[in-house]
Amino acid sequence: MLAEIAIFPPQASTTAEQVDKLLYFLVAICGSMGLLVAFLLIFFAVRYRRRPQDVGTPPETESSRALEWFWTITPGIIFVFMFVWGAEVYFDAYRAPDDATPIYVIAKQWMWKFQHPEGQREINTLHVPIGRPVKMLLTSEDVIHSFFVPAFRVHMDVLPDRYTSVWFEATQPGEYHLFCSQYCGTNHSGMIGKVVVMEPADYEDWLHLGAEGSLALEGRKTFLRYRCISCHSADEHARAPVLERLYGQRVPLTDGRVVVADESYIRQSILDPSAKIVSGWTDLMPTFRGQVSEEELIELIAFFRSLAQGGTPSRVEDYPAPVEHKTKPAAEQKNGKP
Amino acid sequence: MSSQTLPPPKVIAQPPERVSETYLNIAHGIASWLLTKDHKRIGLMYLMVVTAMFFLGGFAITLVRLNLLTPEGGLVSADTYNRLFTMHGVIMVFFFLVPVIPAVLGNFMLPLMIGAKDLAFPRLNLLSWYLFVTGAGWTLYAMFAGGIDTGWTFYTPYATESSHYNVLMTMLGVVIAGFSSMLTGLNFIVTTHWLRAPGLTWFRLPIFVWTIYATSLIFMLATPVLAMALILVIVERVLGFGIFDPALGGDPVLFQHLFWFYSHPAVYIMILPGMGVASEVIPCFARKKLFGYTFVCYSSFGIACLSFLVWAHHMFVAGISMYAALLFSSLSFLVAVPSAIKVFNWTATLYKGSISYQTPMLFALGFVALFTIGGLTGLFLATLGLDLHVHDTYFIIAHFHFIMVGGMVMAYMSGLHYWWPKMTGRMYSEWWSRLAAMIIFVGFFLTFLPQFIVGYNGMPRRYHMYAPEFQVWNVLSTAGASILGVGYLLPLGYLLFSLRYGKRAGDNPWKATGLEWQTPSPPPKHNFEKTPIVVRDPYQYHLEKAQNEQ
Amino acid sequence: MSSEGVVLTSEARQTLDGTLLVRHRLEEQYADLEQQHETAAFGMWVFLATEVMFFGVLFLGVEAYHYMYPEAFEAASEKLNWVIGGINTLVLLLSSLTAVLAVHYSKLGDRRRVMICLGVTALLGVVFLCFKGLEYYDDYVDKLIPGWSFDDSEWVREEGLKPVQVPHVKLFLLFYWIMTGLHGLHVIIGIVAMLVMLELARRKHFSPTYYSPIDVTALYWHFVDIVWIFLLPTLYLMGTHK
Repeated sequence: MLAEIAIFPPQASTTAEQVDKLLYFLVAICGSMGLLVAFLLIFFAVRYRRRPQDVGTPPETESSRALEWFWTITPGIIFVFMFVWGAEVYFDAYRAPDDATPIYVIAKQWMWKFQHPEGQREINTLHVPIGRPVKMLLTSEDVIHSFFVPAFRVHMDVLPDRYTSVWFEATQPGEYHLFCSQYCGTNHSGMIGKVVVMEPADYEDWLHLGAEGSLALEGRKTFLRYRCISCHSADEHARAPVLERLYGQRVPLTDGRVVVADESYIRQSILDPSAKIVSGWTDLMPTFRGQVSEEELIELIAFFRSLAQGGTPSRVEDYPAPVEHKTKPAAEQKNGKP
Repeated sequence: MSSQTLPPPKVIAQPPERVSETYLNIAHGIASWLLTKDHKRIGLMYLMVVTAMFFLGGFAITLVRLNLLTPEGGLVSADTYNRLFTMHGVIMVFFFLVPVIPAVLGNFMLPLMIGAKDLAFPRLNLLSWYLFVTGAGWTLYAMFAGGIDTGWTFYTPYATESSHYNVLMTMLGVVIAGFSSMLTGLNFIVTTHWLRAPGLTWFRLPIFVWTIYATSLIFMLATPVLAMALILVIVERVLGFGIFDPALGGDPVLFQHLFWFYSHPAVYIMILPGMGVASEVIPCFARKKLFGYTFVCYSSFGIACLSFLVWAHHMFVAGISMYAALLFSSLSFLVAVPSAIKVFNWTATLYKGSISYQTPMLFALGFVALFTIGGLTGLFLATLGLDLHVHDTYFIIAHFHFIMVGGMVMAYMSGLHYWWPKMTGRMYSEWWSRLAAMIIFVGFFLTFLPQFIVGYNGMPRRYHMYAPEFQVWNVLSTAGASILGVGYLLPLGYLLFSLRYGKRAGDNPWKATGLEWQTPSPPPKHNFEKTPIVVRDPYQYHLEKAQNEQ
Repeated sequence: MSSEGVVLTSEARQTLDGTLLVRHRLEEQYADLEQQHETAAFGMWVFLATEVMFFGVLFLGVEAYHYMYPEAFEAASEKLNWVIGGINTLVLLLSSLTAVLAVHYSKLGDRRRVMICLGVTALLGVVFLCFKGLEYYDDYVDKLIPGWSFDDSEWVREEGLKPVQVPHVKLFLLFYWIMTGLHGLHVIIGIVAMLVMLELARRKHFSPTYYSPIDVTALYWHFVDIVWIFLLPTLYLMGTHK
C-alpha cells in the first residue's frame, strides 16, 4: 500500500470511512466559506480600487446591526452541525463494541509491543483480521507516546501508568503504517511499525503459527507465581474476593461507590489496592507496584477476563495456604516470597 | 523616584526651535538607550531583540526543512534535529510571536494612540525589557550549551525524566521572559485605563488599543499559570519529586492541562494584536470607517475570555474523558465565531471604498486571506471526529502556521510598514517592500499548503525521518520555505537602508486618522507638544476633506 | 491631636507653598497627583490579579491531588503545626490593621504615627517569619522535609499508611513547602517595602496629597495576608486534627 506519492491515505477501517465523510463535509462547508471570503476580498479589491481620477474619500457606509447578527449567528448554526457530527464519530471511535477482541499494546522508547489474547507477541508489527472489531489497550513503560494508524484514522495517546483504549474494524487487507505521533525522544521518528490486515482465514493460519500459549494461560501462571491465590481463593479460607466473572461487573466499594471492573480498575487494584476496597472486605492486600511488570499486568487482566465460574485454580494445586491457615505449613518454604 | 526637577507643566507649548527635537535625537550614547524610560526607545530596543530572535528561530527551522528534503533525514542526526525544532518552537513562540506586536508596536504606539505622554509605569517597562533580554539570553545560552529536545511544549514525563538536555535552564529562561510579559500586560492595562486623552472614551479607542488591551488581560491571567507549571517541573527535576511523575503518584496529564491553560490563550496573545493591526490598516487604505466597530471590539473581548475555556482541545486524544472532550469541542467552535465576525467586518470595510495598495495594505490583505484559511482549518481540528485523525500530524503544523506566520507575522509586517514612517521619520522603498510582500505571500502558500496534504496522509509532526511517499510534499514545502526566507530577509535590508537614505516621511504619510499621526514623525520625547483632545470616533475617513481644509 | 496638628499644618503649608514638592513627586506622564495615585493603586490591583493566578495553580494542584489521595494528604496535613499556623494568622491580621492605619494617618499627614504604623507592620512581618522559622524547625524535627529530613518507614509504621502512599505524603509536603515558601518570600518582600516606606516617611517624602506608595504597599500587604488566610485551611486544616 506504499504509494510513490501520498495523495489520499488508504481507507482501511470502518472509522476511516466515517472520518473521511466528515472531512468531505468540512471541506465543502469551509471551502465554500473560504471561497466566499476570497471572492469578496478580490471583488472588492478590484471593484473599489482607487483610480487616478478619484478625489476625496467615499461617503460613509452605515454599519448594519442586522448584517452583523446575521454573520454572527449563521456560522454559529453551521458550527453546531460540525460539532454534532464530529462528536458522533469521536464517540464511535472510542466506544468499542462489547465483542471487540482486546489486543494489549505496550509502548516504550522506541518500540511497540503487541500481545494477542491468543498468546502471540509481536514487536512493531501488528496482525489483525478484517471484519472483526479490535480494541487496543494501550499503556506505556516510560513517557507519553501516541498510537496512530493513518489508514484507520485512529489516534490515541499512550500514557504511563494507566490504560487508554481505541478500537477499529479493518476493512481492507494490506500493510499500513503505524506511527508514534506524540514526541517521545531521540528516536521518535523511528518508533514506527506496520499493521498487517489479513483475510480472516489467513489470520487464523497466522494465529496458529508459533503461539506460545495464550495470554490468559500466562496470566494464570503469573497469578500463581505471585501467590495471589493465597487470598483470592474460591474456598472458605479466602481473605479476598474471588475473581471469577469479575471482568466487566459492577463492583460495590466500601465507600459506597460502584465501579465497573475494567482494565484500569484491575490495574489499580493490583498496584494501589487500598484505593478501591470492595464492600465487605478489608484493606489488607499489599501493593505490587514495582514487582509486576506491564506484561504481567496484561497477562493477569487477560486471565481475569477468561476466568469463568469455578475457574479459580485450587489452592493446593501448586502453592500453599497463607501462614495463618494451619493446613499445610510445610509447603511455605517452596516459594521465597513473603 | 525621579530626582531631576522638571520645568513647568507640559501644557505650555514648546518654543518653536524645539519642535525638531525628537525622541531619537534628544540624547545620544548607549546609556541614553539602555537607561531610557521612553516607551518609544524601549519599543525600538524590543524590535532589535525580537528581530534577532526571529532570524535565529528561522535559521533553526531552515536546517529542519533542509533535513526533511529526503525521507532518511541525512543532514543532521536525530538528536540535533530534535534540538533544532525545539529551538525553533521555543524561540518563535516565547521570544518572537508572544512579544512581537505587543512589545514592539504596542509599546511604541499605545501611548501615542491614546494621546498619553508615556506608559503608566515607564521604569517597569524598562524592567520588562531587561527581564525579556535576560530570559532570551538565558534560553539561548541553554540552547547553545547543549540544547533541549523536549519540543516547545515540554510535555511531562518526557521533560522531567527522559530528556538529558538543558530542560531546566530553558524553562527558567521562559519563566523569566514570562514575567516580562506579565509586567508589560500590567502596564498596558493600567495605561489604557488611566492615561487616555481627554474625550477619548472607550468606544472611541482604535481597535488596535482594544486588542492590545485584550491581549494584556491574557498576559496577566494566563502567564502566571505557565510560570508556576514550569516552576513545578523545575522543582520536580531538581528535587526528584513526583508532581507530574506517574511512578510517584503524580499526574503527567495535569501538566498538559496547566501548560495549555497558558498556551492556548497564548495563541490569542499571538493573533489578537495582529487583528488589531489589520483593523487599523484596512480602513486607512480603503478610506472607510471600520465596518461594525462595536462588534469588532466585543469580538476581541469575546476571544480573550473564551480563549481561557478551550485549552483541553489540545488533548482530545490524550485520554481525557469523552464528555470533557465534548465540552471543549463545543467551546472551541464558539471561539471561532468572534474570529469569523472580524473577517466579515474587514471584508465589508472594503465595500465601496477607495482602495490603494501600498505595502501595509498588501500585508494586511494577505493577513486576512491567510488568517481565514488558518481559522477555517481550525474548525477541522475542533471537530472531534477529525482531530482523531489529524492530531499531532503536519495538518496541525500547517494550521497553526497559517495562523501564526500567515496571520501574525503578516500582520506584524503590515504594522511595521504602516508605522515605520512614524517610528523613524523615514519612508522605505515602496517597490522593494511590495516585492517582499508578494514573495512572502507566495512562499508562504508553497511552504504550508503541502503540509495540509501530507498531514492528512498521516505524517506525524517532529519526525526526523519519514515514509518515502511523503517526500514530494516535503520537497515542495522546503522549496517554499526558501522563498519565504528570502522574503523575510528583504525587509531587513530595505528597512535598514531607509534609516539613512529613506526620504522624510512627514507627519502623516497615509493620511490616517489616529492620534499617533497628529504628532511629528518621529515624535518628540513626550509624544505630543500639547495633549490632544478627542472629539470624534475613530476611523472617520469620510470626513477627511473637512479635516484637510482646516 | 494638638501636637500632630502642628505637623499637619506645617506639611500642608509646605505642600501649598512650594508646588515644587508636588511637581517633584508627579511623574511626567500624569496630569495630576490624583491621576497618578489612582493609576498606581489600579496597577497594584492588576498585579495582584496575576498573583492570584500564580498561587491559584498551587491551590488547584493541592485540591486535585487531595481529591486523588485523600488519606495520605490528610494524614500529612495532620502533622503540620496548626497552632503556630493559627498564631501566625493573628499576627498577620494585626499587621493588616496597622497597614490600614498607616494609610489612614498618611492621609491626615500625621508623619509620626505613619512611621509607627509602618514600623509595627514590618515588625509583625518579622514576628510572622520568626514563628515560621520555628515551625520549619519543628517540621525538621518531625521529619517533614522530603529529601532532607524524612523517614518513609515512619509513615507506614505510625500513620498506618501503605508504602505506596508515602510518595503521596511527599507530594503534599512538596506543595506545603512550595506554597509556604513562596508566601514567606512575599512576606519578606513586603517587609522590605514597608521599611523603604518607613525611611521615605522619615525623610518627609510624603504628604496628605502624596501618599500613594504607602497605599499601594498596604494593598500588597493585605494580599499577602489574604493568601495566608487561604493557605491555612488548605494546608493545615485539611485533616481532622483529632
